Amino acid sequence: MTSALETAANPQDMKRIVIEPLTRVEGHGKVTLLQGKNRNIRQARLHITEFRGFEKFIQGRPYWELPVLVQRLCGICPVSHHLAAAKATDMIVGARQLTPTAEKVRRLMHYGQTMQSHALHFFHLCSPDLLFGYDDEVRHRNIVGVIEDSPELAKQGVLLRKYGQEVIRVTAGKRIHGTGAIPGGVNKSLSKDEVHYLQDDIAQMIGWAQGAVDLLKKVFFEHFEYHLAFASIESSMMSLVQEDGAFELYHGGLRANDKAGNTIFDHVDYRKYNDYIRESVKDWSYMKFPFISSLGEEKGWYRVGPLARVNNCDYFSTPLAEAERKEFMAIGKGLPVQSTMGYHWARLIELLHCTEAIAELLCDSDIVGNDLRTKGEMQSHGTGVIEAPRGTLFHHYEIDDQGIVEKASLIVSTTNNNQAMNESIRKVANQYLDGHRLSEALLNQVEVAIRAYDPCLSCATHAIGKMPMELNLVDNNGALVDRLEKRVDGQIKRTL
Amino acid sequence: MDGRSSPAPFLIFTYGNPSRGDDALGPFMFDMLEAYKQETGQLDDVDLLTDFQLQIEHAIDLEHRQRILFVDAGVTCREPYELQRLKAERDDSFTTHAMSPASVLSVYQQINIAEAPPAYLLTIRAYEFGLGLAMSNKANENLQKAFDFIADGSWLRQIETDDVEQMNLKG
Repeated sequence: MTSALETAANPQDMKRIVIEPLTRVEGHGKVTLLQGKNRNIRQARLHITEFRGFEKFIQGRPYWELPVLVQRLCGICPVSHHLAAAKATDMIVGARQLTPTAEKVRRLMHYGQTMQSHALHFFHLCSPDLLFGYDDEVRHRNIVGVIEDSPELAKQGVLLRKYGQEVIRVTAGKRIHGTGAIPGGVNKSLSKDEVHYLQDDIAQMIGWAQGAVDLLKKVFFEHFEYHLAFASIESSMMSLVQEDGAFELYHGGLRANDKAGNTIFDHVDYRKYNDYIRESVKDWSYMKFPFISSLGEEKGWYRVGPLARVNNCDYFSTPLAEAERKEFMAIGKGLPVQSTMGYHWARLIELLHCTEAIAELLCDSDIVGNDLRTKGEMQSHGTGVIEAPRGTLFHHYEIDDQGIVEKASLIVSTTNNNQAMNESIRKVANQYLDGHRLSEALLNQVEVAIRAYDPCLSCATHAIGKMPMELNLVDNNGALVDRLEKRVDGQIKRTL
Repeated sequence: MDGRSSPAPFLIFTYGNPSRGDDALGPFMFDMLEAYKQETGQLDDVDLLTDFQLQIEHAIDLEHRQRILFVDAGVTCREPYELQRLKAERDDSFTTHAMSPASVLSVYQQINIAEAPPAYLLTIRAYEFGLGLAMSNKANENLQKAFDFIADGSWLRQIETDDVEQMNLKG
């Protein structure tokens, strides 16, 4: 990829702005903005300390441990890795078709985790941006600010998230490190008491999810043109869909549409993803850059996650989410919605769908069934793909005769969105950071753009005192010309 | 909405990733305390919880408690551990996927419109956090000392007898 703003022609004539690490983005990231002599942003790069060591962490372990082991890769979305690995090990043990009980219990778990993840993102991470505006004081633009201004809304966010966590606990057996999904099925179904326990609150959850969608729409339409344009880029989009094109999170075929909504590929067997997706490496980033191989490295980048899924699917199977999808798609006027801030809207439509889907499953007798597991002829490799909350997640494993993992390959959701995030940063930087002095407001704009993707740069390590933020402005001679420090107590100081 | 019977008066909440080197101090402490509780019948008035990291919903776990002890790994505390009184506080951890215990207390107070129960943080000195790393020997030594501090009730005696507002005890 040699986008003009990514690799500037005369970097020696530029000065460099470094923002690190990002706040409200898990893990450590760094944004480098390179200015030219005329102060225009000529180069923008999101550097991410990649999930290095994942594959080595997994290699040498027996395949049957994978669904449990991989949860430790990420403290943010352990259930996504749990289910993707379980699907890969299904293939390894020759389980071509799960029992209805196993598949539905896994789906319930997946809806629970998507619900809690989306609830966290909206109520905790992004709603302050949307509710208070991007120029609001940082210390107000957090959940405390939400609580102070809308205490009932904040409590709904906490309880929606808690409910999703309870779905995970009931289906996985434990709050964390669950063992619910195993190669070929699940190790438990739900008891009737557990079903009744979850049924008690699900109607309330649907109501709150609908309320969140309504609130988001109100905010979005109040500044409609701004939200359409902010960090907006035109991209292809990829996601799983069901055979009939319906929205899908757990299992289906891969669909990729171009920026105009035309089909690039459809209903692709995800076990053959390597035939359709490739990854490139850049010397300035640890994170790879996936692309659709038929389009090539320069034009083949794409977006995944809620925006891609809602754009790509033909319909939702649940009525409330389907009604919201139609309203959402209407703003595209026949074309895919490319608004980066549309991620927030799409995410809440998915939240609503998950609550509806959970309600349906809690009325399905299969989830209390006893036929939990199946198997067939052992295979030497397995591939599992799911739609994690942040987008398509690929797990691929190859094992030896003893069942030990020899090779592991993962493409995580955030990696799929790597190029897209860079593109959005460039858009924002070029629009808002044009030669001005570093300021908190300018930093906010970049962070808001990145947060829309809800990237998970998790390392699940949280040693207290290790998350300061530093924003540097360095000229092409290496001289520091401006610097902002954001300390762990939230204080921001100019230190130059 | 937590599927449990009425909460015990004391809560010990450990957190960390067991596969991230010394970040395992929290979850390992959980395992040791759980085993101790089962083997000895002690700590029957204590609920034990653990997670990868703290989040907003954990504010609900704090409800109806008399005392709360968070246990975490830290690279800046003194060896082998430090105990400190927590004060509900908005801090920058609100703005990440993970929260500090002080910020969880703050969420508790906001959604309950009430003071959070007295809460303390036991930080065990850690050194390395790499994925797939085993816990370091020094961290393991610190863990054992911290476990003794909890299991023999020292932590409770200290918080009951000391001026907790000034507490910042070296282990």
